[in-house]
Amino acid sequence: MSIVMKSGEVARYSSGERVNHWVVAITFILLAVSGLAFFHPAFWFLTGLLGGGTWSRILHPFLGVLMFVCFALMAVRYWKENIVQSYDREWGKRLTDVINNRDDNLPEIDKYNLGQKQLFWVMVATMVLLLVTGVVLWQDVAWALPVTLVRISALIHAISAFVLMVGIIVHIYAAIFWVRGSLRAMTRGTVSHAWAEHHHPLWYRRVTGGGRK
Amino acid sequence: MTMQSLAVQQRSATTTTPPSVRVAAQPVAKLIDISKCIGCKACQVACMQWNDLRDEVGTQHGIYDNPVDLTDQSWTVMRFAEYRSPEGRIEWLIRKDGCMHCEDPGCLKACPAPGAIVKYANGIVDFNSANCIGCGYCIAGCPFNIPRISEKDKKAYKCSLCSDRVAVGLEPACVKTCPTGAIQFGAKTDMVTRGNKRVGDLKERGFQQAALYDPAGVGGTHVMYVLQHGDQPERYSGLPHDPSISPWVSLWKGVTKPLLSIGLGLAVLGAFFHYVTRGPKEEPGGRGDSH
Repeated sequence: MSIVMKSGEVARYSSGERVNHWVVAITFILLAVSGLAFFHPAFWFLTGLLGGGTWSRILHPFLGVLMFVCFALMAVRYWKENIVQSYDREWGKRLTDVINNRDDNLPEIDKYNLGQKQLFWVMVATMVLLLVTGVVLWQDVAWALPVTLVRISALIHAISAFVLMVGIIVHIYAAIFWVRGSLRAMTRGTVSHAWAEHHHPLWYRRVTGGGRK
Repeated sequence: MTMQSLAVQQRSATTTTPPSVRVAAQPVAKLIDISKCIGCKACQVACMQWNDLRDEVGTQHGIYDNPVDLTDQSWTVMRFAEYRSPEGRIEWLIRKDGCMHCEDPGCLKACPAPGAIVKYANGIVDFNSANCIGCGYCIAGCPFNIPRISEKDKKAYKCSLCSDRVAVGLEPACVKTCPTGAIQFGAKTDMVTRGNKRVGDLKERGFQQAALYDPAGVGGTHVMYVLQHGDQPERYSGLPHDPSISPWVSLWKGVTKPLLSIGLGLAVLGAFFHYVTRGPKEEPGGRGDSH
């Protein structure tokens, strides 16, 4: 679990957790570009990234299985910390303050805020839906499934992927551009004391035993 | 394959106008008169011969259907159905199965690969295998369960209505070879006239429900059947009663496509403009400094 490292940093993710996250992230990007290419002709040029349309079709399902398995490991790691608590609901009621960067008005929260927790559960749901419907659509599996099931799966696959992609767009924006000081948690594994205390005070006190020593 | 000499009316996964300056194209149709078919399978042989196809020699399944289903190598298959009429008469309903060349083709609607499926101005729906990525969406889109993916190259195949022959003024190979004249080919208007005339003959001979099968749900087809029992097409080895593109496919390839694509664009723009108007939450400077 998280431990205090040097005086200037608080450990947030171990190297194993970081590798796990980035394997999911990389497979997600490859899946998104190939999936979008199959979804709308406006995105067809993205098939070039995976070596053409046929290669995209071949690789997409294998990447999908890899992403699902790696995400499942993350889900096992983090589900407990993503259970929505009463202070999260309070936090959620002040979404306007969150959006307008008025962080002083926000209640104290633990390792994840409500937005992060909601993204977590949205990912759990969409990953399961994408896997199940994706296997149905997988030509190499070539199961003789009822055609109506294939048709419904195609629609659910597209909508689930859309929901997941919107969630990830918000995730990428918040982690890289919006909430400064967050990205290093997933690159170097640590955040600053100030960042931890400001954004996740309950977590900060929990892992440091009350504050900076 | 795409025939340069044929005008293209629709092209899969394409949002611009396909090459379509040739305006004189006349819609064509193949008319299959089931009441004249003797089940000799010469059409199957002619199809294999013209298209350089050789299906594997299969096993006897105890029925006349051989092979028992369409394959990447068998673009047409005779389906034999025994039907006992209410009067107790046994009838052998032999239907030449294969692509119906829908005016509103579900395969083309579902196909994600630009130009892998085209519909010519003459109505022929053709697979351009060189552009096919092997996803199988055409199978999900088809209301007649026609396309088959090859195990060998993972490409989809089906009857081309001999678009290469038609492009140079020849009739399809199956039409050329049919010994009883059960398969005819020509302008769609002529074929409809001929079909209806034959339906009239059949009605005079006691087949009161005889009908021309040109289902409106898919905009009509460029392969039509004369059915003795037009009220019961499903008697003919499961010919759909009122085929249309599945609403699931229409949703998936209709409103969903532009709507979700715009949604993704708005999400990215929303994030960008949030940054521009609200700015980032700067990293707090130190302990106790909450800004």
